[in-house]
Amino acid sequence: MRPFVYRRPGDARTALAELAAEPGAMYLGGGTNLVDLMRLGVLAPRTLVDVTRACSDAIEVRPDGGLWIGAGVRNADLAAHPAVRRRYPMLAQALLSGASGQIRNMATVAGNLLQRTRCAYFQDPSKPCNKARPGTGCPARAGDHRNLAILGYSDFCVATHPSDMAVALTALGAVVHVEGAAGPYTVRMPGLHRLPGDEPERDTVLEPGDLIIAVEIPALPYAACSRYRKVRDRASFAFTVVSVAAAVDKSGGTIRDCRIALGGVAPVPWRAERAEAELRGAPIAEASFRRAADAELTAARPLTENGFKVALVRNVVVRALLDLVGVS
Amino acid sequence: MNDDEDLSAPVTMEMRLSVNGIGYPITVDTRETLLDTLRERLDLTGAKKGCDHGQCGACTVLVDGRRVTSCLTLTVALDDREITTVEGLADGSVPHPLQTAFVRHDALQCGYCTPGQLCSAVGMLAEARAGWPSIVTADGGSVDARLDEAEIRERMSGNLCRCGAYVNIVAAIAEVAR
Repeated sequence: MRPFVYRRPGDARTALAELAAEPGAMYLGGGTNLVDLMRLGVLAPRTLVDVTRACSDAIEVRPDGGLWIGAGVRNADLAAHPAVRRRYPMLAQALLSGASGQIRNMATVAGNLLQRTRCAYFQDPSKPCNKARPGTGCPARAGDHRNLAILGYSDFCVATHPSDMAVALTALGAVVHVEGAAGPYTVRMPGLHRLPGDEPERDTVLEPGDLIIAVEIPALPYAACSRYRKVRDRASFAFTVVSVAAAVDKSGGTIRDCRIALGGVAPVPWRAERAEAELRGAPIAEASFRRAADAELTAARPLTENGFKVALVRNVVVRALLDLVGVS
Repeated sequence: MNDDEDLSAPVTMEMRLSVNGIGYPITVDTRETLLDTLRERLDLTGAKKGCDHGQCGACTVLVDGRRVTSCLTLTVALDDREITTVEGLADGSVPHPLQTAFVRHDALQCGYCTPGQLCSAVGMLAEARAGWPSIVTADGGSVDARLDEAEIRERMSGNLCRCGAYVNIVAAIAEVAR
């Protein structure tokens, strides 16, 4: 590992200034992904600016039921918060579906959003990878891609975004509060992460040096009826193969409104807008749910080894919606 | 000044690390993980290096009472924290109840993962007592800190045991939880 200077500023503006002042500097949150990537030789920052004291670790419940979550809140604390469990069960479930108890105690909300893909080529400095080493190529397209994307990828990169939490936040339309060089600004999810196109090295729309300071969840009363359903290769402590975050607003026998996002299928947490449009106003019935899933999957372009994800997404979406409306 | 040359030299910082109630004034390389500091500098070799990537749990220790993987924790960030390792679980010569239960239930074979299992279980039981749910906790339900087998298995999934002593590990933890 390359030697690095360690700094720990006490506020966000100082953190921005310290990052801007040092070429090759990176922010450090819980370290669960960054420290590992440094040890693997994928990343080699010259300075680490530890922002765990610069960012709030508080969770505020707004009068309308929305939440304001400091960027430094640990994943475990967010999952255990009574308002998250009661008003946004999909978010608590997504957090608790991710990683292990130890990792959730360390990982921060902002770090979770900005974690890098677990594509095997990205994590191996001896291999070509357009995301980690731009211009070197993408061996995953013809190689090990069983768990990579079926939607939204490009010729340059077929990686998936690994976060469970981000899938729930994408469904909830979370607003990311950022401190930038020119001052504060906000980005509404799913707009934080960007599709790879011909620049897969850029995971998000943030500019270098920008610092996430909070994540706001706008009030969504019907999210009390929501669920995160994750399929993985073992019962616990594994990255998602396919997941869905879903919330439904039922009115009589129909779906008045809904939110659906998918994980494990794209380079970004994937908001399933076609499925949502298909489902709004539809009768509460398995056939409606199947049509909604199929509407989203018309855009799927599976690779040689991951075609199974298409059927898996369809089944997981239908199952999650059936669970939500209480039909067995 | 040649920037590259300067940065190729290790960067060190003076700090005080508090482990099991004892303050150690040390000079650390910023790259040092807590696991390496404990084992190589302080001769506290209870925490084990398994995968060194946060995936096996053998290095689990408590930081301010919360379980973490020490292999992914930079020592330099811990100057105002209290670390508890397996060496600090016993009360003098009286073993921690979980240590006693692990012996009684034969909850190990080679023992390599045991310090991590013990520290993780101490942290996990505190989480359950604080009402923290797991993904197998019934929707919106309150947490029964007595923890059934499914809860223990899910909450301990960050600690692998390649000998496969899981059945007895679960039994030992269940005894202390109830």
